[in-house]
Amino acid sequence: MIFTDEQGQFDAIIEAEEKIEPRDWMPEKYRLNLVRQMSQHAHSEVVGQLPEGNWIGRAPTLRRKAILLSKVQDEAGHGLYLYSAAETLGVSREEMMNDLLIGKAKYASIFNYPTLTWADVGAIGWLVDGAAIVNQISLCRTSYGPYARAMVKICKEESFHMRQGYEIMQVLACGSAAQKAMAQDALNRWWWPTLMMFGPHDSESANSQQSMKWKIKRQSNDELRQKFVDQTVKQADHLGLAIPDQDLKWNEERGHYDFGPIDWEEFARVVKGGGLCNDARLEARRTANDEGQWVKDALMSYAEKHSKSDVDQVA
Amino acid sequence: MNKNHYRYVLRLGDNALILGQRMTEWCGHSPLLEEDIAMANCALDHVGRARLLLSYAAELEGEGRSEDDLAFVRSDREFENFLLCELPIGDYAFTMARQYLLDTYHYHLFTELVSSSDETLSAIAQKAIKETTYHMDRSRDWVLRLGDGSEESHERMQVALEGMWNYTEELFERDPVDVQMIAEAIGPDPEWLHSKWQADINATIKKATLSVPEKKWSLSGGRNGLHTEAMGHLLSEMQHLQRTYPGLSW
Ligand SMILES: [Fe+2]
Ligand SMILES: [Fe+2]
Repeated sequence: MIFTDEQGQFDAIIEAEEKIEPRDWMPEKYRLNLVRQMSQHAHSEVVGQLPEGNWIGRAPTLRRKAILLSKVQDEAGHGLYLYSAAETLGVSREEMMNDLLIGKAKYASIFNYPTLTWADVGAIGWLVDGAAIVNQISLCRTSYGPYARAMVKICKEESFHMRQGYEIMQVLACGSAAQKAMAQDALNRWWWPTLMMFGPHDSESANSQQSMKWKIKRQSNDELRQKFVDQTVKQADHLGLAIPDQDLKWNEERGHYDFGPIDWEEFARVVKGGGLCNDARLEARRTANDEGQWVKDALMSYAEKHSKSDVDQVA
Repeated sequence: MNKNHYRYVLRLGDNALILGQRMTEWCGHSPLLEEDIAMANCALDHVGRARLLLSYAAELEGEGRSEDDLAFVRSDREFENFLLCELPIGDYAFTMARQYLLDTYHYHLFTELVSSSDETLSAIAQKAIKETTYHMDRSRDWVLRLGDGSEESHERMQVALEGMWNYTEELFERDPVDVQMIAEAIGPDPEWLHSKWQADINATIKKATLSVPEKKWSLSGGRNGLHTEAMGHLLSEMQHLQRTYPGLSW
């Protein structure tokens, strides 16, 4: 079937579960929605280097240091794929980065919580990467081709991230009393912020309904959150650690775990800038950018000089 | 135990570990996202190399210590790395200039160690030489780009070289450990390495439109456990958990 109108063709592609590609016509709002979501995702990978990076220098063994380094390196790589994928929508990495630095663009709020002990590195891998996987597996079926392909590539690395985090928790949970307490404390602090990563309840989320229609988002916030809770409860049991929620219990009828109310005020506060590390995270990125400026300028001058002298040689 | 053999391998391991530890400080803070990745990648190679060398050193020592015992429960007077490895990271010019000087050193060293009479060391060198060739190409490229880049980067690169030049002679000192290693065909003569190294460095500095600094002093001591003040701070960070909770598994 040949569509004369662009909107009709776009709708048909979405309807048929095919991918929208950069050269295809797309509604401006679809494009903007994707730019927002993909750049936010890229920023999260880049800022996500910082909380764990805080422990690379203090990793307790050389093996752990190597694993953590390669994990943090992966996250920077994810940032790079995602910026490139977003650039296919006609926005440059510099523009996106600039929006982050001036506080216009967001990144995952979870990274505004501090990493206080080594167990936090375990908890981040286990819970935060675990939650990211649930979300990203769903995004492998997103309607924008470059985004879907970036997700497939990224998901392969994420399972290693979660495994290394879980393994850290396992060692601590079987370790000395101090180590076990460290692991429980980390779970206590990271559990609720991780549940918040999936975003507001479906009933509160206007943005995400449009995203579902366009098949940018494939499952709702609440569905994904439930999936994460269901899979993580068993893992916590296995570790012998207690999830800090008195309302958590198996609901036979629903076939899912019920869990207690999320503190949405805390969520809103941290999103708006009121978390312990919001200022520090942004400051770190700004400093890297500002102090890197002379390096970027130097690369430009070098490239200019040398392309000129190449031309001279040819002439 | 052959104490000199142990110390020779320990020194190689300490250089990899301490430089690797410094490189990790750039994670998430480097001037470009591509550099976050490249620097982490090179740091990872250094940590990996440190693991191989320190495990082997522990084996030569024969007192049941592990790579982690050597990394995390020695005091700074027992570390035998070059002072150049432990200096704070400075700006990106300082960092890349140091990488280049040490990558070039390691390139020539590992090239020789491939034919060491010590088979374990030779195997480690065979792995290390591949990584080091890539590291050196990369750091040389940075010296060229920053040296022959903008006025500011040229200035910074020159200042960086001046700032570390007094620490370079230590790389080529020869003490009884080295003498024995040369005699047993385990390691190369540092003097020979020096001439190879100097020729490469001079050529790159010239190509980068920089000038070879004048050596005023030779600052050394690292190989005998006499370090700069920066070393204690580096170790207090690196060893934090093992010192706070001795003897646990992680
Ligand atoms: Fe990631
Ligand atoms: Fe991850």
